[in-house]
Amino acid sequence: MEKKEGDRLIIDHTSYSTRLSRRFTSRKPYEPPVAGRIQSFIPGTVVELLVKTGDTVKEGDDVVILDAMKMKNRLKSHIEGKVVAVNVSSGDRVAKGAVLVEIA
Amino acid sequence: MSLEKKISELREKREKMLLGGGEEAIVKQKSMGKNTARERIMAILDAGSFNEYDMFVEHDARDFGMDKKILPGDGVVIGTGTIHGNPVAIFAQDFTVAGGSLGLMHSRKITKIMDYALNMRIPLIGINDSGGARIQEGVNSLAGYGEIFFRNTISSGVIPQISVILGPCAGGAVYSPALTDFVFVVDNISKMFITGPEVIKTVLGEEISMEALGGARVHCETSGNAHFFSSSEEECFNQIRRLISFIPGNNEMKAAVTETLPPEAGYEIEKIVPADPTLPYDVREVIRAVADNSDFFEIQEMFARNMVIGFGRLGGRTVGFVANQPLEMAGVLDVDSSDKAARFIRYCDAFSIPLVTFVDLPGYLPGVDQEHAGVIRHGAKVLYAYSEATVPKLTVILRKAYGGGYIAMSSRHLRADFVFAWPGAEIAVMGPEGAANIIFRREIASADDPGEMRRQKVEEYREKFANPYVAASRGYVDAVIEPSETRRLLLHGLEVSVSKDVHRPWKKHGIPPF
Repeated sequence: MEKKEGDRLIIDHTSYSTRLSRRFTSRKPYEPPVAGRIQSFIPGTVVELLVKTGDTVKEGDDVVILDAMKMKNRLKSHIEGKVVAVNVSSGDRVAKGAVLVEIA
Repeated sequence: MSLEKKISELREKREKMLLGGGEEAIVKQKSMGKNTARERIMAILDAGSFNEYDMFVEHDARDFGMDKKILPGDGVVIGTGTIHGNPVAIFAQDFTVAGGSLGLMHSRKITKIMDYALNMRIPLIGINDSGGARIQEGVNSLAGYGEIFFRNTISSGVIPQISVILGPCAGGAVYSPALTDFVFVVDNISKMFITGPEVIKTVLGEEISMEALGGARVHCETSGNAHFFSSSEEECFNQIRRLISFIPGNNEMKAAVTETLPPEAGYEIEKIVPADPTLPYDVREVIRAVADNSDFFEIQEMFARNMVIGFGRLGGRTVGFVANQPLEMAGVLDVDSSDKAARFIRYCDAFSIPLVTFVDLPGYLPGVDQEHAGVIRHGAKVLYAYSEATVPKLTVILRKAYGGGYIAMSSRHLRADFVFAWPGAEIAVMGPEGAANIIFRREIASADDPGEMRRQKVEEYREKFANPYVAASRGYVDAVIEPSETRRLLLHGLEVSVSKDVHRPWKKHGIPPF
């Protein structure tokens, strides 16, 4: 094990000289959820887009149908608003967390 | 027929069975760097000690052309033998026979040897090398797995159970090793996963190799599913034999006591731990400086390195060492290190192995990821495991012991039998910097020179609280000791707790924060 110089970890205002784990250094910074973002909660394939840019949606309206784990999952809007962006087309394969549709 | 003829007939039958899946399959097995099932067993056990049973067991599946297939031994070898003269039960799946696939009779052979191990109260070693369920046998093979998992669970904490992954071990099959005490893996040979790369690709569109998904290194470094890593089967077999030398044969025995060997010369215990609590060092050096023969058998060396666990001996008796590792992540408690320590503590408690804990930690790892990953429930496992344990518990506070981390690491409050502290120990709610910033917030903010005021207040706090004497004045620490006295006091502590007998209120079982 080689000693990497300069790694420091701060706990309770005290800076410790130590090695940092890969898991720690590669952790993703937290991003708060944005209500108007329709994101894929699982990787899958977009089967159908039920809205287009400019449409008005109510809370609870289906927005996208995502095929994942042999299920056709209906992704709903959490807010009432206008569709400001549709980032995918049907047939697209999407990663977990991809922003599919944005509502404002 | 004369008896002689019958004997020679038996010999012929045996010879045939010993070939398993036949010459061609053996060549293939060898080309992958793998030994055959019987070779593996012989290499682990004492020479000439192996006796095989159920050699002539046959499957009786009829569908999908199985009625025409002969599978020697039904793809698994079972038997008993010894390691360092101690009896063990063992099974090894034979990949050369139908890919070591598990059918009903295959599983019956395994459960037979498992029952034997439990009834005789001897350790069980299972060598896994199997393509998985024998699909032609349908639900019977699932039943077989279920019977194995049930026995793994019932035997848990009664007899040591050791799993050796020497080939694929996929799908439901992985749960047998996961239920056992120790999992051994070999680089490039072991593969463990619930769903393989193919399924992941089809369902999720993610591409990954078998090795990157569930190879030996991944399970030793990342998932924590495996406990011992080696680069060859030979190295792995030696590790198994070494592990067996440290542990008792069952939960009513005690591990064998060997002669007392002093630590190797050359360890200057005073010089290992820097006085400045923010500086790193390798806590394994402290373990080696006190252990018999400086021999430390580390477990899960590559996983959650901020916590060190493993076996050693003190005065010839096996002890389980648990230590914060300031060299890695400042030795913090986090999700993985808590999980690692807690399971080991429970192992030692189940098998009457005293616990020796070396404490030097700044506390818990802050972060959204840690909180969301459940550092509360995982951290609680350490408290639970130490509190529950009734084996002798000896604690040495080497340096920092702050806050919840102090309580968790085998403190007096969780019923450590002996708590020793080195003179440089800082036992406090938090480090001086953090504490001064909170206690003297107003003084610091309103001072003409806040930096200077902070420095003064940090110093004031350090003088007053960052020492072992406040805890010693309450009896939370039994003795403040010189580092060079550590081994003598640990040996003495173990000696006086040899007949420790502590009972907890009756319960069916506790509800640990799994």
